Parts: sequence; C-alpha cells; structure tokens
Amino acid sequence: MNITRDIFERPLVPGLISLILLILLSTLPVYGSDYNVILLTAILMYIILTVSWAIFSGPTGYISLAPAAFFGVGIYTMAILGEPLPLLAVVVIGGLVSFILALIVGALTLRLRGVYFTIFTFGLVVLIKELLLFWEITITGTRGRFIVLESNTTIYYVMLGIFVALMLTTYFIRRSKYGLALQSIGESEEAAAHTGINVTMVKVITFAISAFFMGAAGAIMATRWTYVDPYVAFNPLFSFLPVLMAIFGGMGQLYGPVIGAVIFAYLEEMLLTKFPYFYMLIFGIILVVVILYLPTGLVGLVQKLWKRVSGEQHANT
Amino acid sequence: MLVSILNIVISGLLMGGLYALIAMGLSLQYGVARVLNIAHGEFIMLGAFVTWTLYTVFGINPLVSLAICGPVIFIIGFILYRTLFTRLRISSASSAAFEGNSMLATFGLLFIIQNIALAIWGGDMRGYSYLNFGVNFLGAVFAANRLLALAFAVVIGLAFYIFLARTRLGKAIRAAAQDPAAAGLMGVNINLVLALCFGLGALMAGLAGLLISMCYPIYATMGLEYTIIALIVVVLGGLGSIPGSFIGGFILGLIGSIVSSWQPGLAMAAYYMLFMLLLLVKPTGIMGK
Repeated sequence: MNITRDIFERPLVPGLISLILLILLSTLPVYGSDYNVILLTAILMYIILTVSWAIFSGPTGYISLAPAAFFGVGIYTMAILGEPLPLLAVVVIGGLVSFILALIVGALTLRLRGVYFTIFTFGLVVLIKELLLFWEITITGTRGRFIVLESNTTIYYVMLGIFVALMLTTYFIRRSKYGLALQSIGESEEAAAHTGINVTMVKVITFAISAFFMGAAGAIMATRWTYVDPYVAFNPLFSFLPVLMAIFGGMGQLYGPVIGAVIFAYLEEMLLTKFPYFYMLIFGIILVVVILYLPTGLVGLVQKLWKRVSGEQHANT
Repeated sequence: MLVSILNIVISGLLMGGLYALIAMGLSLQYGVARVLNIAHGEFIMLGAFVTWTLYTVFGINPLVSLAICGPVIFIIGFILYRTLFTRLRISSASSAAFEGNSMLATFGLLFIIQNIALAIWGGDMRGYSYLNFGVNFLGAVFAANRLLALAFAVVIGLAFYIFLARTRLGKAIRAAAQDPAAAGLMGVNINLVLALCFGLGALMAGLAGLLISMCYPIYATMGLEYTIIALIVVVLGGLGSIPGSFIGGFILGLIGSIVSSWQPGLAMAAYYMLFMLLLLVKPTGIMGK
C-alpha cells in the first residue's frame, strides 16, 4: 500500500493541478476578455524569462545579466525574418540563434569568476545594442524596423506553447542526472569536476538551453509591437527583471520563480502606466529588502513559516 | 595633420581624466569594500544634478560646490555601507556570496536613486554654461571648462593617492584591501575602514559628476553608462589597483577619442570589445597581480 502511495500520490496531485491550470489557460481566449489575454501573455513572457534564467543561474549561482541580449536577438530575428517565413518557424529560429549565441558566449566566458561573468554578460547586451545602432545608422541608414502584427490569440497560444515546453524541460532537467550535475557545480565546481562531470560542457549547454527559450519568447513578443529599434529590443530592464523576479520568488523550488514572475508582472501592469517612476522605485526597494531579509525568497519564507507551524504541532502532541 | 593628432590626444586625455576619477572610486569600492557598485553612476548623476541645482537656482559657483557636494555624497555612501552592506557582509556565508548579494543590492540602489532623481528633476537633458570659452593650444582649441575639469581630476586623483600611500588611515585601507580578517586582527577597525572606503568611492563619483556637469549635458538616467565605463577601466587597470585605475582611465579616454575621430558611433562598442577581449585574455589587467 505504502509503495503504491509513494509512486502514485506524489506526482499525482501537482500533476493534476498543473493539468487543470493548463486546461484553464488554454481555453482562456474562449471565455476571457481581450484585456485578460494580453495581460496573461505578458505574465507568461515574464515567467518564461524568469524560469529560463533560473534554469541556469539558480543551481550554478552564476548571475547572468544576458537575458535582454537573448530576448533582443529573438525580437530582431522576428523583425528580419517575420515577413518571408511562417510564424512558428521564425519563433524556433529566434530560439536557435539565441542558443548558438549562448553557446559561443558560454564557451568563452564560463571560465570567468562569478562577478566577471556577470559584467561580461551585461556588456554583451550593450555591445549588441551599440553595434546594431551603428549598423542601422551608418550602413543601412534606417532606424528601427516594422513588424507584421499577429492577433492577440495567436501570440497567446504560441507563448503558452513555449511556456509548457519550458516547464517540461525544467522539470526533467531538475529530475535527471544532469540536474544533479548542475546542482553539484553550484555547490563546488572543483569537487564536481573531480567526480567526473564535464563542468564546462554542462554549464555551457544549460546556458544555451535557457537562451533558447528567451529568444523564442522575444521572437513571438515582437509581433505585439509594430515597431522595434535597438533601444526597445535590448532594453537592460529585461535583464534585471528576471533576476529580481526569480530572487523574489525563491529559487529553491520549480514554482518559486513562477510565483515571483506572476506577482511582479501583475504589479507592473497595475503600477507602470499610472506611476512609472514610483513603480521602479518600489522595484528597487523590494530588491534591497528581499536581499537583506529574504535570501531564500517568498517560497523559502513560506516554507520556514510552515516548518514553524508544523513544528509546534509536533511539540504539542 | 599634426593639429588633428594633437586634438585627438588632448581630447582623449580630457575625457580620460574624468574616467580615471570615476574608476578610482569604483576600484576603492570593489577592491577594498568588495561591493561591485552598479549604482556608482547614480552617485555621479547625483553630484552632477546637485551642482546644477546649486548653480542655476542659487547661483553657487561649481567650484564652491566641490565643498558642498563632496561631504554630502560621502555621508550618503558612508551611511549606506554602515546600514546596508555591513549587515549583508555579516549575514553572507562567504565572501563570494557577499559579492553576489551586494551587487544585487546595488542594482536595487540604482533603481531607487535613479527614480528619486527622475521624480525630482524629470527626464530632460540639463546643462549650464560655465567657463565656456575656447583656449587655443598649439592650434587646437579646447573649452576652458574641460581643461579645468582635467586639472581638478588629476589633482583629486593625486591627492587621494598620496593619502593612501602616506597616511596612517591610508595604510589601514591598503591593509584591509589585502586581507580584511588579518587587518582586523592587527587592530584596524574593519567596519569603519570599509565604510570609509565606500564613502570615499561615492565621494569621488560625486566630484566626477560635478566636473562632468561643467562640460557635458546631464540627465537623470546617465549613470549606467558611466558605471560601465568605470567597470571597464577598473578591469583594464587591474582590480583593486588604484594607480592602475588612474592610468587605465587615461588609456580608455585615448582609445575612445581615437575611435570617435574615425567613427563617432563606435566609441562605446569599442570599449566593450576591448573589455571583453581583456576579460578573456588578461583578466588581471595591466597593473594586476
């Protein structure tokens, strides 16, 4: 009895919840308003950026500030290839271009110490932006590009598809030997290397996988904006927000970054249009407070409270 | 030909002086206090805007503002370290964890300071005209305010170097840079010295901001660009090496001026290329150990 319970009950409950959620999400355009569809697309985008950031940076502890670079590469892929090629193909190509860029960058830089890696990845965002600007101003003589629009429902479904693929990938990475290898790299890179893990390989591949999803999300998101230029596509905010959302949610669990992203994306939607400076100010204050008082994030806090409550129950009996 | 080369070299040095000052501040904060301060540029912006306000509203000469801006920004930095970063340093498990956490905290600071500034001063470009006349130097003409900024940058930089090399407190700072734990055992009040370093770093950023406001237009979101330049110079000069940062600033200024004379849009991209190459080939920098 106990064995069957262990096998079936554990994955069953979260699995069922996920299934219900998925059905609710995939039927949203049927019963939800247009506004809800757009809002959820934005929330899904932040979840994708945050979770894919956390795939790599969560277990290894390397803080990457490259999301904006991969996201922007996806956006520009759509801007260039959006007209001649079918939508889904461009989304996949956007992901693949980011994947290859991440392979190159990862192979070059993942030998660097933590803080250097962070600066380098941030430099990448600005370097691509500056080169594109230079290219557009001096060589093609244009500034920015127009993008073919897609309907809100199409964008929503593609985003949902990327989201599901990402969650499955994350789940399997965490459960596999590969995920254990990542975890051990985060704890001690040297020890991991000595147990026979190809440290560089694991790091570079994971970095590239996370970049794939960011690029794909960028490609589809671009179709919501009629016009992009390097300033829009390579906005450094897309590098900072995923980091904040993941840390705020807590990186110990799969759902931590998701919760962080949902809360922040919603807050942004509520505050950004009315009080833009105020929103960013709150953003900064939350970041400082979370780092000072909640190093394990919201999920860690809940777990700690839960432990305290359940611990007291044990003491009473 | 000769005049144009002279022009490139001198405008490189003029820019380089400011870069050197900014980078020395960051080097102090990262090399000694172990805070990779992404909000460094925000202190530059603060210095620039305080000076602008003092000049345009109260009519106070920017050079007099040196004595107002400096202490105010020093105190802000000092208090920040005593409250925020000391707490983080104690609660972090290792020095690597502290570096990561403090860097993220400075991201938060960046947004806080920048948006307070946006709320006060708005998002427009500002500027004022001070000593804005040309000085002829062997056929090449330079604005007097930029020459003055260079002179001040060099004086402040050298004064600071002498402070580090010759005074007792400077010695304590150098000791803390090498090994904070050992310095603490030798009787250095480590929390005080680290906070002092952070405050001094902020002070140099503020003074650089003041000098920048005399020569260039300023805006509330200008900080990040200068932070990145400072990071590049610090890596170029070697982490934790104050003279390295000073020299590195001038080297970067020269590179920027040479590239700009050829393709004005590429200066920033050239800095990054150099920076990325440097990280890959020689991460210890020109003066690093």
